[in-house]
Amino acid sequence: MARLVQVVVDGIANGSVYAALALALVLIYRSTGIVNFAQGEMAMFSTFLTWGMTSVGVSLPLAILAALALSFAGGALIERIVIRPVEGRQPLTLVIVTLGLFILINNAAGWLWGFSNRGFPSTFPDGTVGLGGVRLGIESLGIVGVLLVVVGLLYLLFQRTRLGLAMRAAALDPVSSRLVGIRVGRMLMLGWGLAATVGAIAGILVAPRLFLDVNLMGGVLVYAFAAATLGGFDSALGAVLGGWIIGVSENLAGTYVNVIGSDLKILVPLGVILVVLLVRPTGLFGAREVERA
Amino acid sequence: MSDDTPVSLLEVADVEASYGPVRALHGISFQVQQGEVAALLGPNGAGKTTTLRAISGMVRMRGRIRFDGHSLPGRSTEAIARLGVAHVPEGRGNFPTLSVADNLRLGAIVRRDQSSVAEDLERCYQAFPRLATRRAQPAGSLSGGEQQMLAVARGLMLRPRLLLLDEPSLGLAPLVTRELYETLARLVREQSTTLLVVEQKANLVLEFADRAHVLEAGRIVLSGTAAEIRADEGMRRSYLGY
Repeated sequence: MARLVQVVVDGIANGSVYAALALALVLIYRSTGIVNFAQGEMAMFSTFLTWGMTSVGVSLPLAILAALALSFAGGALIERIVIRPVEGRQPLTLVIVTLGLFILINNAAGWLWGFSNRGFPSTFPDGTVGLGGVRLGIESLGIVGVLLVVVGLLYLLFQRTRLGLAMRAAALDPVSSRLVGIRVGRMLMLGWGLAATVGAIAGILVAPRLFLDVNLMGGVLVYAFAAATLGGFDSALGAVLGGWIIGVSENLAGTYVNVIGSDLKILVPLGVILVVLLVRPTGLFGAREVERA
Repeated sequence: MSDDTPVSLLEVADVEASYGPVRALHGISFQVQQGEVAALLGPNGAGKTTTLRAISGMVRMRGRIRFDGHSLPGRSTEAIARLGVAHVPEGRGNFPTLSVADNLRLGAIVRRDQSSVAEDLERCYQAFPRLATRRAQPAGSLSGGEQQMLAVARGLMLRPRLLLLDEPSLGLAPLVTRELYETLARLVREQSTTLLVVEQKANLVLEFADRAHVLEAGRIVLSGTAAEIRADEGMRRSYLGY
């Protein structure tokens, strides 16, 4: 029983990382209708930025804050410079552009920091806490906590502020938004900046559990896609629950199903994507608009 | 020029606009005075909507448009809105998945005096009680009449100097349309908003308008006070039906 709880909690912790990256995907998909294949690479780059700063003696908390700020600026710049010129083009064009961005960022990181892997310091102390006979890792609990804070802040931004309302409006209907005076371009830049920041958090959370190299987020991106697909690509709540479901089921399958083990765990998200697309393409929480004529 | 000459809030001069190879406006000119209700009349395809879109910077155009001392051509739609021009487009421009209250807040989203937005929201609900009872519902779930009320109310939430309304009567029952115009006329008077309204129902709108301009095939064929337009023989035959 204790083992089951630990496996589930660790699954939720892994799932929280997937959820964070899935949230970044959802933020961009909702505001621009683009599935950003470069989201994982952007997060990897941000994580390298953090590592780069700590390696020259900057303290970890300061390095993280600086990297998050740089990620925000970088995301906004990418929208302005790379995405804006192809705005509104066919989906295939946009896919190719974000794939190009993927390769560009991946190679830029390799050129700057090399292709070897490095250890990344954990944000949280080692050790466990006892909770009714179950030992839970502080890091796992910390990761879940960070995700909840991120989700809470995003909720406040989008549901409780004027800026958030303007961002939602710009995503829903750019033409009507311009007519009420919203600077739609600026809202899209903000959306990309936010997504890059949330993605960076995912990278910084997961790096200590893996090794930091240019392919840090490759696997995570697949899980994040599964989470976003499961939750519905335009639902933030769906991204979080999707991430947790994927994380837990992956961990359960890896632990209790002998054939799967840790080598075939990647089949879990792929299976989820396949089944969701076949059975319910809008995902668990995807919007189906109803409007009176 | 004498001192009591009314001030033009909006001056449209020699405006031409095209959609691709199709010329929609062939050099139209008219003025809207501060505080008046002006109507753009004319049949389908005459260029009424294009005129509003030209003012809001939504079509490529040539010619001059001045609003309150600012030259508008070349400015973005959002910049023109920020100058105090609210445009309620064809199809109403509501955000169907957002609540009625959020739609109204969006109307006021660029205002500097956010402290008085809450008051204006209450005033909106008083003027349109049906919006008040549905404030938490998504705009898309409202009836056609209610959606048009919402669109008009959203435009007014900007406290615009100039409100551009594109066929508010479209798809509404005659009684609902009249009620809407009565409320609208009262509100623009109270807020001293200048109104330029595009309308096919010439009879109705001439009851509320001070001045009207009649468009045909991209040209202004007649301009005058509401009384003059009503008295015009050709106008009566073509549009007013008596």
